[in-house]
Amino acid sequence: MRHPSEEELVMLFYGEADGREAIENHLAACPECRAAYAELEAALAAVDVNEPPERPEDYGAQVWRRVAPLLPPKREKRWPWLMPAFAMAAMLVVAFGLGRFSAQFRGQATQSPSTVTAPAAQVRERILMVAVGDHLERSQMVLLELVNTHAAGNVDISAEQARAQDLVASNRLYREAAARSGDTGVASVLDELERALLEIAHSPSKVSSSEFEELRKRVEAQGILFKVRVIDTKLRGQVSGNHL
Amino acid sequence: MEASEAAAIGRCRAGDSDAFRVLVERHSRTVFRVAYRMTGNEQDAEDVVQETFLRAFRRIGSYDGRAAFSTWLCSIAANYSLDLLRSRQRSQEVGGMEEDSADSSLTPERLALSREARERVAAALNHLSALERTAFTMRHFEGVSIGDIAVAMGRPSGAVRHCVFRAVQKLRRELQPLMRARYATPE
Repeated sequence: MRHPSEEELVMLFYGEADGREAIENHLAACPECRAAYAELEAALAAVDVNEPPERPEDYGAQVWRRVAPLLPPKREKRWPWLMPAFAMAAMLVVAFGLGRFSAQFRGQATQSPSTVTAPAAQVRERILMVAVGDHLERSQMVLLELVNTHAAGNVDISAEQARAQDLVASNRLYREAAARSGDTGVASVLDELERALLEIAHSPSKVSSSEFEELRKRVEAQGILFKVRVIDTKLRGQVSGNHL
Repeated sequence: MEASEAAAIGRCRAGDSDAFRVLVERHSRTVFRVAYRMTGNEQDAEDVVQETFLRAFRRIGSYDGRAAFSTWLCSIAANYSLDLLRSRQRSQEVGGMEEDSADSSLTPERLALSREARERVAAALNHLSALERTAFTMRHFEGVSIGDIAVAMGRPSGAVRHCVFRAVQKLRRELQPLMRARYATPE
């Protein structure tokens, strides 16, 4: 073989040379080329003099704390989720209260000439149902992703955990509001959903395939996905009915 | 790419900023290393890390999955580092590396040589073109393949290969006096 070019030696150094074996055989037999390659290795080793300083163990989390506030707010499908949590909570309580009030009011309306407040209450009721429907849809997505993941080796569920954690807080609000309004069916499903979300949120972020299978089986055994779908479908039916 | 990473990227594309956390936590160290190699300065590197992730989130729709996600992030970090260096006209300065920390094991001669080595390497890197420096940093320091660099930078792999080679040539030329001094200095 002819003497390899400087470029071929550089590519050999990086393990990207075409015809690597031929070049290596040549180096073994040619002292001149071997010396040239040794010189190249020494020069490239000298470049490594500026090692980056070590970062702490939790460096990724530190960066996230700096970056998170600068990211644009979450883009959601429906506007109620853009409201701050406390405003949302207040709105829900008011909406449930007004919903119940409006139901009674609608019952009396046939005997009373005043129907001025009924449309406003209906709007609030509808907002609530849309918000709960959206919450259920998001919860279903988390549960579905978990159920449909095929575990091979270790499974990283940190993304699902983060979303489950977010959903727990809003779930609690809806559950309490549903219980206060006497809607025990919805409150009971939301209670089960909360337990499933908490289980996901509190699992280790990386689990072995067997641990993951156990978690998935527990979630599936509760039948929560089916129950959430039923409630979600009912709510959406009511929203459409109210709208018409 | 791991399924969780692909899922997180998918959710980020849908505007879910929370899903971005997984990607930030996983790739921060790699991005920091590249940023430090490019800027030679810890504080600048930290700024680059932050800006890289903000840019990545904004542009995540353009990530097509052909290169590894970490390689794509590194190319953003490298480009932003170069912007930063240009804006500060760092190339006018010799080096940008921080001062040597006191190391009692070094004799004054070796300390001087070590400082000189850092300065020369920093100066030599500063003399590379933007493409050469990016390609060299990713290939030499991060071990990214030339094929992956080419995809991330949107360049033909032959061009990236040549960039790496030219960078090595220039660095060798710049470091020649240092190499002579190193081998001439007794241990």
